[in-house]
Amino acid sequence: MMLVLAALGVWAIGWGVNIWVSHQKPGRWQSVVSATVFGVTAVIMWQLVVTGLEVSPVILPPPSMIFTAFVSSTDILWADFIQTFVKGALSGYVIGCSAAFLTALAIDRSNFLKRGLLPIGNFVAALPIIGMAPILVMWFGFDWQSKAAVVVVMIFFPVLVNTVQGLDAAGKMQRDLMHTYAAGYWQSLFKLRLPAAAPFIFNGLKIASTLALIGAIVAEFFGSPIVGMGFRISTGAGRLELDLVWAEIVVAAIAGSAFYGIVALIERKATFWHPSQRK
Amino acid sequence: MGMRNILPVFTVVMVIFALWYAFAIVLNKNWAEDKATRGGYELSFSELVADTWSQKKPRLPTPDQVAGEIWQSTGVAAAKKWRRTAGDPLFARISEVLNDKRSLIRHAWLTLSATMLGFVFGTGLGILLAVGIVHNRAMDNSVMPWVITSQTIPILALAPMIIVVLNAVGISGLVPKAIISAYLSFFPVVVGMVKGLRSPEAMQLDQMRTWFASKSQIFWKLRLPSSVPYLFTSLKIGVAASLVGAIVGELTISQEGGLGARMLQGNYYGTTLTIWAALILAAALAAVLVSSVGLVERITKKRMGFVQ
Amino acid sequence: MARNDPDSNRAPAETVISASNLSLTFETNDGPVHALKDVDLTINRGEFVSFIGPSGCGKTTFLRVLADLEQPTGGSVSVNGMTPREARMKRAYGFVFQAAGLYPWRTIAGNIKLPLEIMGLSKSEQNERVQKVLELVHLDGFGKKFPWQLSGGMQQRASIARALGFDADILLMDEPFGALDEIVRDHLNEQLLELWAKTNKTIGFVTHSIPEAVYLSTKIVVMSPRPGRVREVIESSLPRERPLDIRESAEFLAIAHRVREGLRGGHDDG
Repeated sequence: MMLVLAALGVWAIGWGVNIWVSHQKPGRWQSVVSATVFGVTAVIMWQLVVTGLEVSPVILPPPSMIFTAFVSSTDILWADFIQTFVKGALSGYVIGCSAAFLTALAIDRSNFLKRGLLPIGNFVAALPIIGMAPILVMWFGFDWQSKAAVVVVMIFFPVLVNTVQGLDAAGKMQRDLMHTYAAGYWQSLFKLRLPAAAPFIFNGLKIASTLALIGAIVAEFFGSPIVGMGFRISTGAGRLELDLVWAEIVVAAIAGSAFYGIVALIERKATFWHPSQRK
Repeated sequence: MGMRNILPVFTVVMVIFALWYAFAIVLNKNWAEDKATRGGYELSFSELVADTWSQKKPRLPTPDQVAGEIWQSTGVAAAKKWRRTAGDPLFARISEVLNDKRSLIRHAWLTLSATMLGFVFGTGLGILLAVGIVHNRAMDNSVMPWVITSQTIPILALAPMIIVVLNAVGISGLVPKAIISAYLSFFPVVVGMVKGLRSPEAMQLDQMRTWFASKSQIFWKLRLPSSVPYLFTSLKIGVAASLVGAIVGELTISQEGGLGARMLQGNYYGTTLTIWAALILAAALAAVLVSSVGLVERITKKRMGFVQ
Repeated sequence: MARNDPDSNRAPAETVISASNLSLTFETNDGPVHALKDVDLTINRGEFVSFIGPSGCGKTTFLRVLADLEQPTGGSVSVNGMTPREARMKRAYGFVFQAAGLYPWRTIAGNIKLPLEIMGLSKSEQNERVQKVLELVHLDGFGKKFPWQLSGGMQQRASIARALGFDADILLMDEPFGALDEIVRDHLNEQLLELWAKTNKTIGFVTHSIPEAVYLSTKIVVMSPRPGRVREVIESSLPRERPLDIRESAEFLAIAHRVREGLRGGHDDG
């Protein structure tokens, strides 16, 4: 009971600090400090409440236990990371994005195809494509190839739709200007339309980066060799080894946000001129 | 999608079907040829095509096979049950049909109810949190970065654990799936709603100040109506995510049924037709859900004067 | 300054707005910006006062200080004998922004009602006032339309109607016609004068246009930037009744010339 009261105390302190911070002069640091305080407070409370109320570790392990599991099984986590993220998600991401980009360039030349594919692409983007996973596992086997295939199928349409829309983003006046220079298709593509499309393409790439990891993990629920993040999560949950499952989720969270962060960073460098990136 | 897109869309759909049939030949060819070699007979091309389009356990079933499977497991199954329960009261007959374990209707219904329950809760909580974030600087600073980060991490990976843990504490059935659905729709709604509630321009807020409007008047008369278009964009993403959540939830507790459970069953027994039937039904469900939200969006926006 | 005082045949002047030594400094990353410095100004009841000057001269900032949208960092200001905040609470002024800022989800009548709802007027009174101000801006019959069904000029008239709806004595207008084309602008200027004559309100009007300022105003405040200060106050000798063709008169051109000279002086200084 003492620990639970302590948890409430920690919460009150954390909240108090954040209220104080929010009354300071606004700046970039403010949100960073606040978010960190909030995160740290949440983890400490989790620890105190779980140990204080003696919650069984098969329901919710305390952060300390997750940390121990993380440290003691880094080799397993690393192998899972390589299998799921590098082999499954990343290779699928590269294949899927390139395929979608090339398809977009191909259909961009035909107005008829664009008008036909865009509504379908938008429609497909809303479907539970992840359901294709069992079929693709049957076709491509249990190993990473089937996971990469799931990723390709999941990200193809979001990237395609964004790229096609992006290729239409250059303004009429700018195109007319290219026309007056007698620029050819490729000149106009590389000098005007692709740069103008970049913000849209990056939007597609960012969406795809989160979908890729989800696809690779969930596809493993349908069958995998005895390695992989999704495999570990589903079997770990079944065996009630929740500390390892949580450690795996921590890895997934870090990998997911780092992947997204890297794509966003490249976007910042590449589209610094766009209003959304200007400071 | 305007009238002028109908012909292109129709053409593309036809091309997709043609490709589908072509791929069915390619993918199912081996099995047909193996059978022919074992039986010691030659297959002409037309016989090969006929065989690949009508196998019992094809690697890729054709669209008509999938449609047939869906019809068998919905319409035919329901009709059978309906005839068998003749004489029972009407209401009991309907519930018998809906609860027929053999019928895909039951599985789709299970998935739909978990999706809707989760979606309603996720959306409600999302809107509440967004209101808090917009009105409280401390909350904005501390919670919002985590909400945004959570969009970039595969929270769907939590699904098996949530199901197992809730089962361990005695919660099973609809609720665990609905919880996964709820948190998948929660985050897009928070992000969209915060954006929407902040969408009024500085000028419009200044205008409210000159009239000495209170915080709640600004909220009800300016912020909330301004957020409607943003909310609907999020709701469309949210409802699709809710469905995915429910389906993935069903993968872990397949004994309770649902479209996800059917997919896992098909995966387990190698019956591709089962998987495809469940998959197409899930896609249809997603289409119906998203377009219903789209319909409500159109009506609301029209009534509110957002569109001409 | 003025050759014949236009207010000479009216009741003794009553001060509505007065500022003395008014200053406002914004702290930015590039150091302090003096948006207003030592501004002294008096505006009497029923006057039409234009503020003119290059961008950054503080004309909009001055209007926003009067409206309690910015806080001065020095000096004092009073509106109707109160602080700007008290004046805002008493709804002593209506404010018209550069963009019409009408809510797309409300009809024209609904938009005009918005401040009236906020002030808690009864439904019947709201309807009555909406009818009245719609007539004032010649928009009767358009109450049920949505803003996007109206032209830009009509939208801006609706936003003026909204500012008139709660019958404040003072009307503050921040470049209200800046985004409209010249033909529409002429038309609205004429209507604004007519409205001013009918309602006898005190109007503060920010503009970029010399002809507009001269045509509309009884008093023209010429401002200069960095720091923002009042360069000159020109009392207009034009009569209160002003047909559009007054703009070709020698008197009009003389005043316009003085304003231009004042602005040029301001630039030399900066």
